[in-house]
Amino acid sequence: MKKALLILLVLGLAAAVLPAQEGRLRLSTTTSTENSGLLAVLLPPFEARTGLKVDVIAVGTGQALKLGEAGDVDVTLVHARALEDRFVAEGYGVNRRDVMHNDFIVIGPASDPAGVRGMMDAVAALRQIANRQAAFVSRGDNSGTHVMERDLWKAAGVTPSGRWYREAGQGMGPVITMANDLQGYTLADRGTYLAMKSKVALPILVEGDPRLFNPYGVIAVNPARFPHVNYLGAMQLIAWMTSVEGQGIIGGFKVGGEMLFFPDAVTD
Amino acid sequence: MLGALAEAIRLLFTGDREVYFIAWTSLHLSLVSVAVASALSLPLGFLIALKSFRGKKQLIAFLNALMALPTVVVGLLVYSFISRAGPLGFLGILFTPSAIHLGQVILCLPLITSLVYSALSRLDRRLPETLVTLGARRTEVFRMTILEGRIAILSAVLSGFGRVVGEVGVAMMLGGNIRWYTRTLTTAIALETSKGEFELGLALGIILMAIAFAVNFTLHGVIRHER
Repeated sequence: MKKALLILLVLGLAAAVLPAQEGRLRLSTTTSTENSGLLAVLLPPFEARTGLKVDVIAVGTGQALKLGEAGDVDVTLVHARALEDRFVAEGYGVNRRDVMHNDFIVIGPASDPAGVRGMMDAVAALRQIANRQAAFVSRGDNSGTHVMERDLWKAAGVTPSGRWYREAGQGMGPVITMANDLQGYTLADRGTYLAMKSKVALPILVEGDPRLFNPYGVIAVNPARFPHVNYLGAMQLIAWMTSVEGQGIIGGFKVGGEMLFFPDAVTD
Repeated sequence: MLGALAEAIRLLFTGDREVYFIAWTSLHLSLVSVAVASALSLPLGFLIALKSFRGKKQLIAFLNALMALPTVVVGLLVYSFISRAGPLGFLGILFTPSAIHLGQVILCLPLITSLVYSALSRLDRRLPETLVTLGARRTEVFRMTILEGRIAILSAVLSGFGRVVGEVGVAMMLGGNIRWYTRTLTTAIALETSKGEFELGLALGIILMAIAFAVNFTLHGVIRHER
């Protein structure tokens, strides 16, 4: 009796340990994309139509691409063009497509001690913040936002350091919360900002600079390099995201009456 | 804080399907992990307590050191093995509940083993010796010793349960916090907190504590009943 139970236990464990992989598609993306709520409306019609179950793994941009480089996901949706291009050039990804874009904004205290409100030049604005040593919170985590921020500092000819410059090493949400607590400045993506607007007292101070353009790309992980990936599923998802219908869902997605993402794939 | 308590009650009683699913995920993942770890820890702790062998002191020191590992480090170590880029990648268990099981077993095994060992080494040595002279087989000695020390061993198992049900590093790194699949109470709390939803995070935390309390209470009741 005991022996039978033991055998049953072992078989049960074995069955439990090795999970079924068919019908699952792994998508790595950034926390800001996931937190915007877009995927919760964009993916269900795709899942219904294809019968695939999409596992969304939301991490920082660096980690999202690293998961692709290890072959741990089938497809990735990120917003760091330079890193994406390198990902494809090094053979980890194929079939990169533009999906959508939004923009970055500089938010900060209403009192605006650095006097950047309304400036159209983000580089000049950051230079002014550095000169006045106004509190600034950085993502500090190699995310798309952090890469954009670093590029702006470089263009401004400034190496930010000192007590005023806080490298948080966290996601967009916690960084905005921190900037709110400190009543300091930060560079944020419009999507996360809109989702958190009601919880913080940080108005938009700088926007509209073409340099603040934030494009999103979707890339399938290279099946030649990783034979086990669900390449068919990845291509179906890319097709969905760039289809007229998918792009319509992206364009129709609003938070507080405002559009978060501007579709890029379908041009009339 | 009161707002969080009200939110927790509301979530539980309006039957929010997603919260129930997340709570259930936390519960069954932790229970299975602790069960597997205990199945290994009990005999291991028994052997360490009752037998002397070379390197015993070093083994105990090693187990104690393992307990100091942060959960995210355990998560990273296991990730490096089960990632597709790692030696066990062919199993394909990363980002599935099985990966969380593996990481959690590794987390609580040293803890339960060292607590079982210290519980059993405090028992009267004459019990196992008497059993052996009465002709009991090794498994009988094991069974009777565990029974004798069952209250302390239950504490050991519950400590292991506490360690895994409340951890976030392993569940996040190995499970991926995938909605409706590997999202646990702890990873959900981390997510909501990062979105600034502090009240919801606290509410989920209260639910987690309620579950931990219920498990403790139930298991203590079962053991007391056995007397």
